[in-house]
Amino acid sequence: MNLVLGKLKAFFAFWYDFVVGDDWRVAAAVVIALAITYGVSQSSVSSWWIMPVAVAAVLWFSVRRVVRRAS
Amino acid sequence: MSGAALFIAVFLACAVEAVEATTIVLAAGTTRDWRSALTGLGCGILVLAVVVGALGPAVSAIPLGGLRLVVGGLLLIFGLQWLRKAILRASGHKALHDEAQAYLDEVAAAKGAVSVRRGAVRDWYAFTLSFKGVVLEGLEVAFIALTFGGNQHNIPLAAVAAVSAILVVAAAGIAVRAPLARVPENTLKFVVGVMLTSFGMFWGAEGAHAHWPGNDAALLVLIPVVLVFSLGLVRLFRRTVTAPSTQPQTSPVVTP
Repeated sequence: MNLVLGKLKAFFAFWYDFVVGDDWRVAAAVVIALAITYGVSQSSVSSWWIMPVAVAAVLWFSVRRVVRRAS
Repeated sequence: MSGAALFIAVFLACAVEAVEATTIVLAAGTTRDWRSALTGLGCGILVLAVVVGALGPAVSAIPLGGLRLVVGGLLLIFGLQWLRKAILRASGHKALHDEAQAYLDEVAAAKGAVSVRRGAVRDWYAFTLSFKGVVLEGLEVAFIALTFGGNQHNIPLAAVAAVSAILVVAAAGIAVRAPLARVPENTLKFVVGVMLTSFGMFWGAEGAHAHWPGNDAALLVLIPVVLVFSLGLVRLFRRTVTAPSTQPQTSPVVTP
Protein backbone atom coordinates (compact mmCIF):
# COMPACT_ATOMS: atom_id res chain seq x y z
CA MET A 1 0.00 0.00 0.00
CA ASN A 2 2.80 2.37 0.99
CA LEU A 3 4.66 1.44 -2.19
CA VAL A 4 1.62 2.28 -4.32
CA LEU A 5 1.12 5.57 -2.48
CA GLY A 6 4.79 6.42 -2.94
CA LYS A 7 4.59 5.70 -6.68
CA LEU A 8 1.40 7.76 -7.01
CA LYS A 9 3.02 10.62 -5.11
CA ALA A 10 6.09 10.47 -7.34
CA PHE A 11 3.86 10.37 -10.45
CA PHE A 12 1.93 13.49 -9.46
CA ALA A 13 5.10 15.24 -8.25
CA PHE A 14 6.66 14.63 -11.67
CA TRP A 15 3.68 16.08 -13.57
CA TYR A 16 3.39 19.00 -11.15
CA ASP A 17 7.05 19.82 -11.71
CA PHE A 18 6.71 19.28 -15.48
CA VAL A 19 3.67 21.52 -15.90
CA VAL A 20 3.88 24.07 -13.07
CA GLY A 21 7.65 24.27 -12.60
CA ASP A 22 9.42 25.84 -9.65
CA ASP A 23 7.21 28.91 -9.22
CA TRP A 24 3.53 28.07 -8.84
CA ARG A 25 2.67 31.79 -8.77
CA VAL A 26 3.51 32.05 -12.46
CA ALA A 27 1.07 29.25 -13.32
CA ALA A 28 -1.61 30.73 -11.06
CA ALA A 29 -1.18 34.20 -12.58
CA VAL A 30 -1.49 32.79 -16.12
CA VAL A 31 -4.74 30.99 -15.23
CA ILE A 32 -6.15 34.13 -13.58
CA ALA A 33 -5.11 36.33 -16.53
CA LEU A 34 -6.77 33.95 -19.00
CA ALA A 35 -9.95 33.92 -16.90
CA ILE A 36 -10.00 37.74 -16.80
CA THR A 37 -9.40 37.87 -20.57
CA TYR A 38 -12.34 35.52 -21.10
CA GLY A 39 -14.53 37.55 -18.76
CA VAL A 40 -13.69 40.88 -20.42
CA SER A 41 -14.05 39.41 -23.93
CA GLN A 42 -17.69 38.64 -23.14
CA SER A 43 -18.31 42.38 -22.86
CA SER A 44 -17.87 45.03 -25.54
CA VAL A 45 -14.45 46.03 -24.13
CA SER A 46 -11.33 44.93 -25.99
CA SER A 47 -9.45 42.21 -24.08
CA TRP A 48 -6.31 41.43 -26.11
CA TRP A 49 -4.10 43.74 -23.98
CA ILE A 50 -4.71 41.84 -20.72
CA MET A 51 -2.32 38.97 -21.46
CA PRO A 52 0.68 41.16 -22.47
CA VAL A 53 0.22 43.30 -19.35
CA ALA A 54 -0.14 40.19 -17.16
CA VAL A 55 2.93 38.53 -18.72
CA ALA A 56 5.06 41.65 -18.23
CA ALA A 57 3.96 41.95 -14.59
CA VAL A 58 4.41 38.24 -13.80
CA LEU A 59 7.86 38.09 -15.38
CA TRP A 60 9.01 41.21 -13.59
CA PHE A 61 7.71 40.08 -10.18
CA SER A 62 9.00 36.54 -10.57
CA VAL A 63 12.53 37.64 -11.55
CA ARG A 64 12.61 40.35 -8.88
CA ARG A 65 11.57 37.84 -6.23
CA VAL A 66 14.51 35.55 -7.01
CA VAL A 67 16.94 38.48 -7.24
CA ARG A 68 15.83 39.86 -3.87
CA ARG A 69 16.09 36.46 -2.23
CA ALA A 70 19.60 35.94 -3.61
CA SER A 71 20.93 39.35 -2.56
CA MET B 1 2.09 31.72 -38.66
CA SER B 2 3.89 30.38 -41.71
CA GLY B 3 5.26 26.88 -42.04
CA ALA B 4 8.79 28.27 -41.82
CA ALA B 5 8.07 29.99 -38.48
CA LEU B 6 6.47 26.81 -37.10
CA PHE B 7 9.49 24.78 -38.24
CA ILE B 8 12.03 27.21 -36.73
CA ALA B 9 10.20 27.50 -33.38
CA VAL B 10 9.87 23.73 -32.92
CA PHE B 11 13.38 23.04 -34.27
CA LEU B 12 15.05 25.45 -31.82
CA ALA B 13 13.07 24.27 -28.80
CA CYS B 14 13.73 20.63 -29.61
CA ALA B 15 17.43 21.23 -30.32
CA VAL B 16 17.94 22.65 -26.82
CA GLU B 17 16.34 19.60 -25.19
CA ALA B 18 18.21 17.24 -27.53
CA VAL B 19 21.55 18.77 -26.50
CA GLU B 20 20.80 17.96 -22.85
CA ALA B 21 19.66 14.41 -23.64
CA THR B 22 22.77 13.84 -25.78
CA THR B 23 25.03 14.92 -22.91
CA ILE B 24 23.42 12.34 -20.62
CA VAL B 25 23.59 9.50 -23.16
CA LEU B 26 27.23 10.34 -23.97
CA ALA B 27 28.13 10.33 -20.26
CA ALA B 28 26.43 6.95 -19.76
CA GLY B 29 28.02 5.47 -22.88
CA THR B 30 31.61 6.67 -22.48
CA THR B 31 31.95 5.93 -18.75
CA ARG B 32 29.79 2.82 -18.41
CA ASP B 33 28.65 0.73 -21.34
CA TRP B 34 27.71 1.93 -24.80
CA ARG B 35 25.38 -1.00 -25.54
CA SER B 36 23.33 -0.40 -22.37
CA ALA B 37 23.26 3.37 -22.93
CA LEU B 38 22.08 2.92 -26.53
CA THR B 39 19.47 0.38 -25.40
CA GLY B 40 18.23 3.00 -22.93
CA LEU B 41 18.17 5.55 -25.74
CA GLY B 42 16.17 3.19 -27.99
CA CYS B 43 13.66 2.32 -25.24
CA GLY B 44 13.29 6.04 -24.40
CA ILE B 45 12.55 6.89 -28.05
CA LEU B 46 10.03 4.01 -28.15
CA VAL B 47 8.20 5.36 -25.08
CA LEU B 48 8.14 8.85 -26.61
CA ALA B 49 6.83 7.48 -29.91
CA VAL B 50 3.96 5.78 -28.03
CA VAL B 51 3.19 9.03 -26.15
CA VAL B 52 3.20 11.08 -29.38
CA GLY B 53 1.23 8.35 -31.21
CA ALA B 54 -1.43 8.39 -28.48
CA LEU B 55 -1.58 12.14 -27.89
CA GLY B 56 -1.19 13.32 -31.50
CA PRO B 57 -4.65 12.24 -32.69
CA ALA B 58 -6.15 13.35 -29.36
CA VAL B 59 -4.68 16.85 -29.75
CA SER B 60 -5.94 17.00 -33.35
CA ALA B 61 -9.46 16.06 -32.20
CA ILE B 62 -9.79 18.88 -29.63
CA PRO B 63 -11.78 21.88 -30.94
CA LEU B 64 -9.41 24.73 -31.86
CA GLY B 65 -10.84 27.22 -29.32
CA GLY B 66 -10.41 24.86 -26.37
CA LEU B 67 -7.04 23.68 -27.66
CA ARG B 68 -5.73 27.23 -27.90
CA LEU B 69 -6.95 28.13 -24.42
CA VAL B 70 -5.47 25.06 -22.69
CA VAL B 71 -2.38 24.68 -24.82
CA GLY B 72 -1.74 28.42 -24.99
CA GLY B 73 -1.94 28.57 -21.21
CA LEU B 74 0.41 25.62 -20.78
CA LEU B 75 2.85 26.97 -23.38
CA LEU B 76 2.79 30.33 -21.64
CA ILE B 77 3.57 28.72 -18.26
CA PHE B 78 6.39 26.75 -19.90
CA GLY B 79 7.67 29.82 -21.74
CA LEU B 80 7.62 32.02 -18.65
CA GLN B 81 9.60 29.43 -16.68
CA TRP B 82 12.19 29.18 -19.47
CA LEU B 83 12.35 32.94 -19.91
CA ARG B 84 12.59 33.61 -16.18
CA LYS B 85 15.54 31.23 -15.86
CA ALA B 86 17.15 32.67 -19.00
CA ILE B 87 16.84 36.22 -17.62
CA LEU B 88 18.29 35.12 -14.28
CA ARG B 89 21.20 33.42 -16.07
CA ALA B 90 21.87 36.39 -18.34
CA SER B 91 21.74 38.84 -15.44
CA GLY B 92 24.12 36.74 -13.32
CA HIS B 93 21.66 35.48 -10.70
CA LYS B 94 21.72 31.86 -11.79
CA ALA B 95 24.60 29.73 -12.96
CA LEU B 96 24.89 29.48 -16.72
CA HIS B 97 23.97 26.04 -18.02
CA ASP B 98 27.28 24.48 -18.93
CA GLU B 99 27.09 21.22 -20.91
CA ALA B 100 30.77 20.49 -20.26
CA GLN B 101 30.18 20.75 -16.50
CA ALA B 102 26.90 18.81 -16.71
CA TYR B 103 28.80 16.09 -18.57
CA LEU B 104 31.54 15.98 -15.92
CA ASP B 105 28.92 15.75 -13.15
CA GLU B 106 27.17 12.84 -14.88
CA VAL B 107 30.52 11.12 -15.52
CA ALA B 108 31.53 11.45 -11.85
CA ALA B 109 28.19 10.02 -10.69
CA ALA B 110 28.34 7.22 -13.27
CA LYS B 111 31.87 6.18 -12.30
CA GLY B 112 30.86 5.76 -8.68
CA ALA B 113 27.80 3.59 -9.35
CA VAL B 114 27.85 -0.20 -9.03
CA SER B 115 27.44 -2.22 -12.23
CA VAL B 116 24.43 -4.58 -12.15
CA ARG B 117 23.21 -6.82 -14.99
CA ARG B 118 19.44 -7.18 -15.45
CA GLY B 119 18.10 -9.46 -18.17
CA ALA B 120 19.49 -8.44 -21.55
CA VAL B 121 20.85 -5.16 -20.16
CA ARG B 122 24.55 -5.49 -19.26
CA ASP B 123 24.72 -2.30 -17.18
CA TRP B 124 21.45 -1.27 -15.55
CA TYR B 125 22.83 2.09 -14.38
CA ALA B 126 23.88 3.14 -17.90
CA PHE B 127 20.51 1.97 -19.25
CA THR B 128 18.38 3.85 -16.72
CA LEU B 129 20.53 7.01 -16.89
CA SER B 130 20.18 7.09 -20.66
CA PHE B 131 16.49 6.08 -20.65
CA LYS B 132 15.46 8.67 -18.06
CA GLY B 133 17.45 11.43 -19.77
CA VAL B 134 15.85 10.74 -23.14
CA VAL B 135 12.29 10.39 -21.79
CA LEU B 136 12.41 13.44 -19.50
CA GLU B 137 13.99 15.76 -22.08
CA GLY B 138 11.94 14.18 -24.86
CA LEU B 139 8.60 14.76 -23.14
CA GLU B 140 9.12 18.51 -23.46
CA VAL B 141 10.06 18.05 -27.12
CA ALA B 142 6.92 15.99 -27.70
CA PHE B 143 4.74 18.54 -25.88
CA ILE B 144 6.14 21.51 -27.81
CA ALA B 145 5.90 19.74 -31.18
CA LEU B 146 2.33 18.56 -30.56
CA THR B 147 1.05 21.89 -29.25
CA PHE B 148 2.66 24.02 -31.95
CA GLY B 149 1.65 21.53 -34.64
CA GLY B 150 -1.89 21.12 -33.26
CA ASN B 151 -2.48 24.85 -33.11
CA GLN B 152 -1.36 25.30 -36.70
CA HIS B 153 -3.12 22.14 -37.92
CA ASN B 154 0.25 20.90 -39.10
CA ILE B 155 1.48 18.24 -36.68
CA PRO B 156 3.47 16.47 -39.48
CA LEU B 157 5.60 19.59 -40.11
CA ALA B 158 6.15 20.08 -36.36
CA ALA B 159 7.14 16.40 -36.08
CA VAL B 160 9.60 16.79 -38.98
CA ALA B 161 11.12 19.84 -37.25
CA ALA B 162 11.42 17.95 -33.94
CA VAL B 163 12.96 14.85 -35.55
CA SER B 164 15.34 17.03 -37.63
CA ALA B 165 16.56 18.80 -34.49
CA ILE B 166 17.12 15.49 -32.70
CA LEU B 167 18.96 13.99 -35.71
CA VAL B 168 21.20 17.05 -36.17
CA VAL B 169 22.12 17.16 -32.47
CA ALA B 170 22.57 13.37 -32.25
CA ALA B 171 24.80 13.40 -35.36
CA ALA B 172 26.90 16.19 -33.85
CA GLY B 173 27.14 14.27 -30.56
CA ILE B 174 28.23 11.07 -32.33
CA ALA B 175 30.74 13.02 -34.45
CA VAL B 176 32.49 14.71 -31.55
CA ARG B 177 31.84 12.04 -28.90
CA ALA B 178 31.92 14.85 -26.36
CA PRO B 179 29.39 17.19 -24.75
CA LEU B 180 28.11 19.80 -27.19
CA ALA B 181 29.59 22.62 -25.17
CA ARG B 182 30.01 24.88 -28.19
CA VAL B 183 26.28 25.05 -28.84
CA PRO B 184 25.17 28.49 -27.55
CA GLU B 185 22.66 26.76 -25.27
CA ASN B 186 21.94 29.68 -22.94
CA THR B 187 21.24 32.01 -25.86
CA LEU B 188 19.06 29.35 -27.49
CA LYS B 189 17.11 28.95 -24.26
CA PHE B 190 16.55 32.70 -24.12
CA VAL B 191 15.25 32.73 -27.70
CA VAL B 192 13.03 29.69 -27.12
CA GLY B 193 11.68 31.22 -23.91
CA VAL B 194 10.72 34.36 -25.86
CA MET B 195 9.01 32.29 -28.58
CA LEU B 196 7.11 30.00 -26.20
CA THR B 197 5.94 33.01 -24.16
CA SER B 198 4.84 34.95 -27.25
CA PHE B 199 3.00 32.06 -28.89
CA GLY B 200 1.49 30.97 -25.55
CA MET B 201 0.24 34.49 -24.89
CA PHE B 202 -1.19 34.78 -28.42
CA TRP B 203 -2.96 31.41 -28.49
CA GLY B 204 -4.08 31.58 -24.87
CA ALA B 205 -5.74 34.98 -25.41
CA GLU B 206 -7.34 33.77 -28.65
CA GLY B 207 -8.64 30.70 -26.83
CA ALA B 208 -10.15 33.07 -24.24
CA HIS B 209 -12.00 34.82 -27.11
CA ALA B 210 -9.75 37.89 -27.33
CA HIS B 211 -9.19 39.32 -30.81
CA TRP B 212 -5.67 40.49 -31.55
CA PRO B 213 -5.32 43.64 -33.65
CA GLY B 214 -4.06 42.47 -37.04
CA ASN B 215 -4.85 38.81 -36.21
CA ASP B 216 -1.78 36.60 -36.86
CA ALA B 217 0.33 39.68 -37.69
CA ALA B 218 0.16 40.59 -33.99
CA LEU B 219 2.82 37.90 -33.43
CA LEU B 220 5.25 39.99 -35.46
CA VAL B 221 4.89 42.67 -32.79
CA LEU B 222 4.55 40.38 -29.75
CA ILE B 223 7.79 38.46 -30.31
CA PRO B 224 10.09 41.53 -30.55
CA VAL B 225 8.25 43.22 -27.66
CA VAL B 226 8.74 40.17 -25.39
CA LEU B 227 12.39 40.00 -26.47
CA VAL B 228 13.04 43.68 -25.77
CA PHE B 229 11.20 43.53 -22.43
CA SER B 230 13.22 40.47 -21.38
CA LEU B 231 16.51 42.10 -22.38
CA GLY B 232 15.38 45.17 -20.42
CA LEU B 233 14.87 42.98 -17.33
CA VAL B 234 18.35 41.51 -17.79
CA ARG B 235 19.79 45.01 -17.92
CA LEU B 236 17.71 46.25 -15.00
CA PHE B 237 18.55 43.41 -12.65
CA ARG B 238 22.20 43.24 -13.68
CA ARG B 239 22.51 46.93 -12.90
CA THR B 240 20.71 46.41 -9.57
CA VAL B 241 23.33 43.86 -8.55
CA THR B 242 26.38 45.84 -9.51
CA ALA B 243 25.20 49.35 -8.59
CA PRO B 244 26.09 49.34 -4.86
CA SER B 245 29.61 48.14 -5.52
CA THR B 246 32.48 50.33 -6.69
CA GLN B 247 34.60 47.23 -7.37
CA PRO B 248 35.08 45.86 -10.90
CA GLN B 249 32.01 43.95 -12.12
CA THR B 250 31.75 40.61 -10.35
CA SER B 251 28.70 38.48 -10.19
CA PRO B 252 27.91 36.94 -6.79
CA VAL B 253 26.09 33.91 -8.07
CA VAL B 254 27.39 33.07 -11.54
CA THR B 255 29.34 29.88 -11.84
CA PRO B 256 31.50 30.24 -14.96
